[in-house]
Amino acid sequence: MSPDELLLMDDPFTTEDPETAHRVRTAFGSQAARNERGHEDGAPRAYELDGARPHEAAGVQEVPPVRTIVLDRPPIPIAPPVRERNPLREPAVPTAGPERLRVSDLSIAYDGVPAVKSVSLSIHQGEVLALIGPSGCGKTTLLRTLNRLTELTPSAVRGGRVLLDGEDIHELVDTTLRTRVAMVFQQPNPFPMSIFDNVAFALREQSRKRPRRRELEPLVIDALRRAGLYEEVSGDLDRPALRLSGGQQQRLCIARAIAPRPEVLLMDEPCSALDPISTGVIEELIGELRRELAVVIVTHNLAQARRVADKVAFMYLGDLIEYGTADEVFSQPRAPRTRDYVQGTFG
Amino acid sequence: MSVYAPQLETGSPPTSKRGRRSSPWTWRWRDRLVLACAWTAGLGLCAIAAAIVLYMGYRGIEYLRPGLLFTRPAIGQSQSQTGGILDPLIGTALLTLIGIALAFPLAVSCAVWIAEYGRPSWLARVVESTIEIVAGTPDIVLALFGLSIFQLGVFAPLSFRAEGGGVYGRSFIAAGAMMSLIALPPLFAATRDGLQAVPEHMREAAFALGKTRIATIRRVLLPSVRSNIATGVTLGVSRIIGDTAIVLLLLGETLHIETQGPVPIVNLLRGTGSTLTSYVYDNSPAGEGAAPQKAYAAAFVLLVLVLGLNLLVDRIGRSRDRATGLSGVGGVA
Repeated sequence: MSPDELLLMDDPFTTEDPETAHRVRTAFGSQAARNERGHEDGAPRAYELDGARPHEAAGVQEVPPVRTIVLDRPPIPIAPPVRERNPLREPAVPTAGPERLRVSDLSIAYDGVPAVKSVSLSIHQGEVLALIGPSGCGKTTLLRTLNRLTELTPSAVRGGRVLLDGEDIHELVDTTLRTRVAMVFQQPNPFPMSIFDNVAFALREQSRKRPRRRELEPLVIDALRRAGLYEEVSGDLDRPALRLSGGQQQRLCIARAIAPRPEVLLMDEPCSALDPISTGVIEELIGELRRELAVVIVTHNLAQARRVADKVAFMYLGDLIEYGTADEVFSQPRAPRTRDYVQGTFG
Repeated sequence: MSVYAPQLETGSPPTSKRGRRSSPWTWRWRDRLVLACAWTAGLGLCAIAAAIVLYMGYRGIEYLRPGLLFTRPAIGQSQSQTGGILDPLIGTALLTLIGIALAFPLAVSCAVWIAEYGRPSWLARVVESTIEIVAGTPDIVLALFGLSIFQLGVFAPLSFRAEGGGVYGRSFIAAGAMMSLIALPPLFAATRDGLQAVPEHMREAAFALGKTRIATIRRVLLPSVRSNIATGVTLGVSRIIGDTAIVLLLLGETLHIETQGPVPIVNLLRGTGSTLTSYVYDNSPAGEGAAPQKAYAAAFVLLVLVLGLNLLVDRIGRSRDRATGLSGVGGVA
């Protein structure tokens, strides 16, 4: 450590995986603490600010207790986390629906370096599959292969097959596939257009005849409603999308992705750039969405995986180590590595 | 209301914007000297710019009459007989229009190819350095090259032809073609830089929605660099407006806009004329010097046009920052 007396950090871990975050934290001799939403802050003390004013100046209204995160609390050592499952998100479909995606013996290598090593999985409608694992374990590569985005990297080589409803996705036209297997990214990435145009862009087929706004409007509103955003933006759909808050932008991206009624929704760390409140809203939304489609979510946040997932796949260095229901993987992991990871011994 | 935080002594409310900072008077003398030089250089440049604008404004406004802008130039013995600057004004506008109309598709499609495809990479490098060479070529060289091209018999229909049938290679289209090379580099660079600054996740977002590369470029990328393109066009326009050499060699520097042939519009494109720059040159004390006062007035008009364009570039840049929400409200929570 340098002889500096004070180090200021502005959200240094939000986009980092737990392993990196843990290394940085221990490098500074800080003990890790988990706040109530499962975010590790490494902070024994916290103050909540409301807008530009500190809490005490907040004025007339009582700050809702859910927003008070951790206040002046002794550091909590990392412990096997308690299972906390939102009753709202108990299985929407008691038995999983038909199989949507089947990954069989899939391998991906970049420049000859394997990133995913013969992974086999199946993904059903009506369930959320969480891909977890330390960074560099290949979970994002696996996710991006499911809608053939890895093909955009020239050095990527693939082996094995992915079947969507029994058809090999590499036999499908890539643009068709990507409307059937939609994706939401880590950073909210709405296009610099109006809210309406963002969703309408996804709906417009590439054709000479562009559908009129009147024809698209019900579809756009439906998509916004399913993404739980319509009530907040109904007043002015022509507002620039970039004026929305981060959480709203991410829900707009979800609306855009589900507008063409895909069968599978891929989510790459959809909440890691968001605050706990927006995260909560999105997680609730994932619980709703899995009624109509299969969801695959990559997350570094184990607490989040526990909250949203029905099935969990744990990957390590490109290998699929363990795959099972969320209960099994978190409560009775079979592989020692999985146990270490979910209990926070490493990573 | 209750406060769930330990009570601390509250200081005085914020009164000043900034806290204490290290003062230059405590620096080493070398650092102080450099700081003083930087200040002097900056202020000196401001003073030079102000002097140019003020002097040209003083001389220009003195002779600028509203009628001057709407009267055609004429041949005369005294300054009261030489008319106005209508033809050079129209000439400038027409030449700019032609130059940009030719440069725009070239520059934008080149920039799209470089930024979005760029394969094979050796070819992309060759194209980029070619454009840099064009940018670095002095305009008089371009003009001479243009003259030798348009004097070829093949291009005779494109330019002014003398009574005897001799090809002079002078016309609005010939000058406009060379002017497009002057406007191309800034327009290309602005578009390319804009496209390269579009974050990769924007492209991925469009691909992930099942869009092709072409659809992504047309519907997402080009609209989002609209303001960069507008900046590039404005820079190109001010380059064309300010250029003299090409006008002197390729536009004929005629007093009036002369048409060639019977077909409307085409005869204008094949015709010759002058621009504000060549008008200033011709009427300045250094040129044939018939009307130095009008040269000042025309120079002032030229200066105002270019300053206005610079202001526009600035405005477009600012509105871009606003549109992307960089300095606006919202953003990532």
